[in-house]
Amino acid sequence: MNLDYSLLIPEYLLAALAAVVIALGLYDTRRARTYLPYVSAGGLAAILVVSLFYINKGPLDFAGLVQIDNYTTFFRVLFIGITAVVCLASAHFVRDRLRHAGEYYGLLILSTIGAIYMAAGRELITAYIAMELLSFSLYVLVSFAKMDAKSNEGGMKYMLLGAFSSALFLYGLSLIYGVAGSTSYADINAALSNGVGDFGIAMLMGLVLIIAGIGFKVSAVPFHMWAPDAYEGAPLPITAYLSAASKAAGVALLLRLFTEAFLPVLSDWRWMIAALAAASMTLGNLVAIQQHNIKRLLAYSSIGQAGFMLMGIAALSEMAASTLVLHLTGYVITNLAAFVVVIAFYNASGKDEIADYRGLAERAPFLALSLTVALFSLAGMPLFAGFATKFLLFQAVAKEGLLWLAALAVVNSLISLYYYLLVIKQMYVGETEEKVRLRVPAGVNAVIVALVIGVFVVGLYPQPLFKATDNAVHAVFPTTAAKQAHDTGSSPSESPLPGR
Amino acid sequence: MPHNYLLLPLIALPLATSLVLLAVPSRYANVVRYIAAASSLALLGLSLYVFFAYQFGDGDSVIQFEGRWPWLENVGFLGANGITLHLGVDGISAPMVLLNGIVAFTGVLISWKIDYRTKDFVVLFFALVAGVFGTFISLDLFFFFFFYELAVLPMFLLIAVWGASSRFPTFVRTKEYGAMKLTLYLVAASVLVFVGIFAIFVKANIGTFDLPALYNVQFSEGFQKAVFPVFVIGCGVLAGLWPFHTWSPDGHVAAPTAVSMLHAGVLMKLGAFGIIRLGIQLLPEGAQFWMPGVMVLATTNVIYGAVSAMAQRDFKYMVGYSSVSHMGYVLMGLATLNPIGVNGAVLQMFSHGIMTALMFAMVGAVYDQAHVRDMSVFGGLANKMPRFTAFFAVAGLASLGLPGLSGFVAEFHIFVGTFHTYPAFGALAIFGAAITAAYILRMLAMAFFGPFNEKWSKLKEMSRWEQAAGAILIFFLLFMGLWPAPFIDRISSTVLTLVALK
Repeated sequence: MNLDYSLLIPEYLLAALAAVVIALGLYDTRRARTYLPYVSAGGLAAILVVSLFYINKGPLDFAGLVQIDNYTTFFRVLFIGITAVVCLASAHFVRDRLRHAGEYYGLLILSTIGAIYMAAGRELITAYIAMELLSFSLYVLVSFAKMDAKSNEGGMKYMLLGAFSSALFLYGLSLIYGVAGSTSYADINAALSNGVGDFGIAMLMGLVLIIAGIGFKVSAVPFHMWAPDAYEGAPLPITAYLSAASKAAGVALLLRLFTEAFLPVLSDWRWMIAALAAASMTLGNLVAIQQHNIKRLLAYSSIGQAGFMLMGIAALSEMAASTLVLHLTGYVITNLAAFVVVIAFYNASGKDEIADYRGLAERAPFLALSLTVALFSLAGMPLFAGFATKFLLFQAVAKEGLLWLAALAVVNSLISLYYYLLVIKQMYVGETEEKVRLRVPAGVNAVIVALVIGVFVVGLYPQPLFKATDNAVHAVFPTTAAKQAHDTGSSPSESPLPGR
Repeated sequence: MPHNYLLLPLIALPLATSLVLLAVPSRYANVVRYIAAASSLALLGLSLYVFFAYQFGDGDSVIQFEGRWPWLENVGFLGANGITLHLGVDGISAPMVLLNGIVAFTGVLISWKIDYRTKDFVVLFFALVAGVFGTFISLDLFFFFFFYELAVLPMFLLIAVWGASSRFPTFVRTKEYGAMKLTLYLVAASVLVFVGIFAIFVKANIGTFDLPALYNVQFSEGFQKAVFPVFVIGCGVLAGLWPFHTWSPDGHVAAPTAVSMLHAGVLMKLGAFGIIRLGIQLLPEGAQFWMPGVMVLATTNVIYGAVSAMAQRDFKYMVGYSSVSHMGYVLMGLATLNPIGVNGAVLQMFSHGIMTALMFAMVGAVYDQAHVRDMSVFGGLANKMPRFTAFFAVAGLASLGLPGLSGFVAEFHIFVGTFHTYPAFGALAIFGAAITAAYILRMLAMAFFGPFNEKWSKLKEMSRWEQAAGAILIFFLLFMGLWPAPFIDRISSTVLTLVALK
């Protein structure tokens, strides 16, 4: 058993950072709330650099529990990046509206560790504990606005349903353990490859329960009920975090679990995930049309997005998985951009209804432009990340024989364009009596600029990122070489174009 | 392959203009206008050069000025040359590039008087121009679609912010309605194109989106028959194919003048161009199977559009429906699948683009002063605005196919082609031309001639910018009408190589 503790340095650092942040919050209460976000973000940035040292160092196994490979590294960087952005975006919100800033930032950092181990775990119990670490931090964070009834309601709903889904997930794990005789992904894979004998039903039940448990995390229909209320009630930066990190972590866990453990029984679960994907994107997008509140709109839109991501799991192959991670990254950047704008607008005006965005193009042209870019990107319009990543993801899904699902996804993109246009219409066409310019702090503007540039970079020059996701995903597909030889048409070595 | 950089500025320059203008403070409206004019003039010059430098001799290759820049390769499911920015023009896209250059430049001139958020307007306008140029010169399926969508993207804001609502006696068609309808219709149509592209890529299984490479793939006949309608309807919506044309009059009427010009003049041609690129060139057997059906729809377009135009009192709705009718001729020409008909279709794409741009420009010129577009309330405008009347009349006469103007050349080709394969439809097409003559002449008589209505005595002649724009457009109408050879040589050199026509 390999017990090389140096593999986990970024997580030690994260835990240490969380402790420091909480301590600062306790002992320097009055001033801490103004500088803590920058301390947290700075620390996270440093840890992000540390985790870059693990690129191409692997796969290195730690005690059969987690594996440090390019996949883990990719998600480490992604999750730490998300948390850093959310910390910066929280600065004014937390200072003005919340108490106990130390715990707030500390919990955010702790939840990042959970998210990272969801991607890194190669063993069911580890994955479960990581998921609970993320969830428990979030239960507290969602209800962090103590005096706000909506926040309490959202947090309560999230916690009760979350506990319920954890129970489902655990029961699923125990059934799979019963069938395969091990909790390690690799052993499960081996056991399932040899056939499950009379335990077919138990395995199927286990799969159903596991999918339900993770379906809750990524807010897929029909396990999405908590999402709109939690999104609406939670403090705005936490809503952003939920939509980005919580979803990405669920997808990361799902992707590793289903490739490393359940790939041999692909045909047993593919239809389940495909059905979940179809239901999520259709219901999420249709219900989003009727929303009046920007947080609920983004909540339902993120339910629709969960459908797109599950589609990538349903079409599981190395190529599809790579485009899935690409799309996920593009989505995270875009969604954070949208949320940072929403947070900035809320800080300046205290409003979050879509009708309040009326005339924003006059009052805060930069915010309006950035939100437009983000929404167009979410709808999958060209120049922005959404177009390129959706095109590639859908194409990969079609290539795996799920053309109907890809077609449904395109139709859903169209529906989503409709409700995004309604918001854009308010901002650009609507007239408002209030002519006062909204003041946005320079730091927030800088975060928005960085995210919008990210949206354009992924949309216009995705090659480096796509290469990175290729490398990341390569780590979880052990049998790639054999598969590529089998899949002759798209082998990269032969050029279809002569005379280049 | 040597990288030819000639075509790259056609995309890069308008995008760069948009970017640069974002940095200009919006209070310097005149700076914005002059930058826009300079940039679009450069684009016009470049597109003229591309058109005239295109060689059509026997030994010349069909695709010229070819350049290729890798974008994504050897990642995911993509092989070598997976997605490249592959640019090039052939004899069909060369006149389209010229068309876009002309309409973009005149559109900027016409927009000179826009005062409300000038900068934002110009930024979006140039994004639209980049999308259109990009579609015409892309030889990669991904980028073809990328630019095709890019051309739709700015439309919503352009119409919803700078457009105008139409008041009818009993109801109001708001500009937001027009904008939303147009955007959703066009994006819904591109859903079909999207799905068609998936199917093509999966079926071809060569790991690249390069169009010339895909043209060399032999798709099975059943597959071609299944996918061709997807592309024809998907692209056809943008071309105003009946019964999916209803976005077009509403959208064009709601749009500000320059956007109507570009949209009816050039963007609708993207639809027809898509049918050529994705339908006829990619799926020749599918085309041969389905084109009789397209012919029926296209003829309906011609007649239905013309009859609807006849029923309009609103100038702009009349021009909008006449566009539907004229796009019907383009689709008829394509549906003949014989060289002369397809030649005619491309000629008509150019001719209609110029002529409808001129018409929308003129309608805009009078609407901006009178704030009414109901032709029945005017009368005798020729007395007050002689030059305006003359310009409008030239556009109208080109539209009804008067010899000496471009419309005649194009429609004549289409009629000959149609008679060659479907005589009955040819007769209907000529009937459509007769209705066109009726509504154009009626409009001229109603609004421009007869006794002068004193209510409009305050109207002034067009501004210098509008006159300049009109003169440029009329020059090209006459040029093609009197000397069509430069166009026909280029178009037919490519049309004769199309597999589907053999």
